[in-house]
Amino acid sequence: MTDELPRRDAGAKTAGDAYPAAGEPLLRVEGVVKTFGTFRAVDGVSLEIKAGEFFALLGPSGCGKTTLLRMLAGFEAPDEGRILLGGKDIAQALPHERPINMMFQNYALFPHLSVRDNIAFGLKRANMARSDIATRVAEMVALVKLEGLEKRKPDQLSGGQRQRVALARALARRPQLLLLDEPLAALDKKLRENTQGELMELQRRLGMTFIIVTHDQEEAMTMASRIGVMKSGKLAQVGAPRDLYEAPRSRWIAEFVGDINLFDAESKLRDGHRLVVGTRDAGALVVAEPREPVGEGKFSVAIRPEKVKLSRRGPVSETGHATAINRLDGVIADICYLGGTTTYKVKLDTGGMLQASVANSARLDVDAYSLNQQIVAWFTPDDCVVLPS
Amino acid sequence: MRKFSRLSRFNIASLALGFAFLYLPILILVIYSFNASRLVTVWGGWSLRWYREFFADRAMIEASWMSLRVAVASATIATLLGTLAAVALSRGERFRGRTLFSGMLYAPLVMPEVITGLSLLLLFVALDAERGFWTVTIAHTTLTMCFVAVVVQSRLGSLDRSLEEAAMDLGCAPARAFLSVTLPLIAPAIVAGWMLAFTLSLDDLVIASFTTGPGSATLPIRIYSEVRLGVKPEINAICTLVIALIALVIVLASLASKLSSAQGESAAPL
Repeated sequence: MTDELPRRDAGAKTAGDAYPAAGEPLLRVEGVVKTFGTFRAVDGVSLEIKAGEFFALLGPSGCGKTTLLRMLAGFEAPDEGRILLGGKDIAQALPHERPINMMFQNYALFPHLSVRDNIAFGLKRANMARSDIATRVAEMVALVKLEGLEKRKPDQLSGGQRQRVALARALARRPQLLLLDEPLAALDKKLRENTQGELMELQRRLGMTFIIVTHDQEEAMTMASRIGVMKSGKLAQVGAPRDLYEAPRSRWIAEFVGDINLFDAESKLRDGHRLVVGTRDAGALVVAEPREPVGEGKFSVAIRPEKVKLSRRGPVSETGHATAINRLDGVIADICYLGGTTTYKVKLDTGGMLQASVANSARLDVDAYSLNQQIVAWFTPDDCVVLPS
Repeated sequence: MRKFSRLSRFNIASLALGFAFLYLPILILVIYSFNASRLVTVWGGWSLRWYREFFADRAMIEASWMSLRVAVASATIATLLGTLAAVALSRGERFRGRTLFSGMLYAPLVMPEVITGLSLLLLFVALDAERGFWTVTIAHTTLTMCFVAVVVQSRLGSLDRSLEEAAMDLGCAPARAFLSVTLPLIAPAIVAGWMLAFTLSLDDLVIASFTTGPGSATLPIRIYSEVRLGVKPEINAICTLVIALIALVIVLASLASKLSSAQGESAAPL
């Protein structure tokens, strides 16, 4: 079994020697299914990941993202489908036979071993020479900035330090693929943000392929070059962070990734390159015609809160645009000050509610609106997304 | 903090009463083991006479030696089997009848010893086994194995499964992962289990008297039969030695668990 697998490169001097060139396909998941009893935890997932990618599996708890990760690591065997790493099917290989390492959510550091022995653990199993192990451990300790703590036991470390040890231990064997299961969930917000940056830096420098599992969409957006959103065991959409946010493929994704205003459509009318959609809550809205034509089924019009502009008198008419701009009258019903932005809830005269997020670009609140103030909310047709319900 | 750490008069009194209740009889026994008088209840000055008599009493020495051998052998076998059972129950995949199986493993904990002893006696008679060292050892193993299993299983239960997974992820085959990660972490519980089994075996009278044969009495059996003829001060000396041995084992057990908690693990549940 082991011989068929790509060799784990335990002796290479520099990172990157043994990996496929960046951009080449590294991992292929084909129609993988995993059931627990009658529950289909992972339900026909197919996915391709290229070497050097930072990929995030995003989804609410119970969506199967961790099960998928555990199948990649070898802790669960898929009931159906194949997992190809560098062209070889590893679906049934045991964890120790795979050139993949994992960083566990709770770090799973060995409490009876020092920092040094934790990091060296995997190297000893790879039958590396003693001197090479010492060199590699020192290299890893420097990489995650743990100098001086080599002799400590895990319970003598802070949360952030433990996280670094876990990372160093998982990286020490120079895996072809590093899996990270909610690696930052146990850290506080400031530390988490710093660590996000460090992880990205590290991934770029080592040219390694990372797959991270997270339920935090901001974290996924910040770090990953591509994100796979999972829902009830299926991959709902795979794409760059921008695609997911600006061109969500379904109403569920639009709501899961960020905030969004949704208006159910009741009728539609073609007007050149535009579509005039009649909604119950916001009246008629002009939207850009979607790339995939809207079928006969139900659909809704979606607009992100930060794309909604507010003003006291409405937009200044610009030639050619004025007719196409969506202009909705209403009153401010709720104000939520968040520091960098303020979120206003606008009660529309047509009956619906509209959220608008406004950047607080001035320190003094001359631009701020007050409760019950009559205002005009407006947005362009191009900022609207048409989503099937 | 001071308010909580200070003992009130009531606390001191209840502690003193409690400890007196527990340890006064033992203290009297220890003191009287150094009694020079032939009468158990009359103080005749300090002496090591009864210790000399004990070491000269071949039957007593033989019984002590028998008890120690049985205790070491049965504790060792029970630790091995109990640990395996605990690992199987907490690490194996869920199999049908697992609850029943674990319930059955713990039954000897609550089973009256008379019943265990009698059933084992019937078994040995049916098998036509010669009763002596090995029958007592087997009987003590069945008694103490469940205690070891309880201690080890509770330690395993508190151990994070992802530790073993991490070991496998880092290149260990499953058996190797168990040996290099799980075993060192449950070692204090295994040691504690062994010591518990050892003291239980050393102390047992009922099961041993059912399963032993002529000429191979254990120390408790020997003491019991001596006492029926009247308490000799020599018995006090033997009991004092047994107390010393058990105290030593308990101190070692607590040292073992202290040592392991100093290594960053929670102490074994004992």
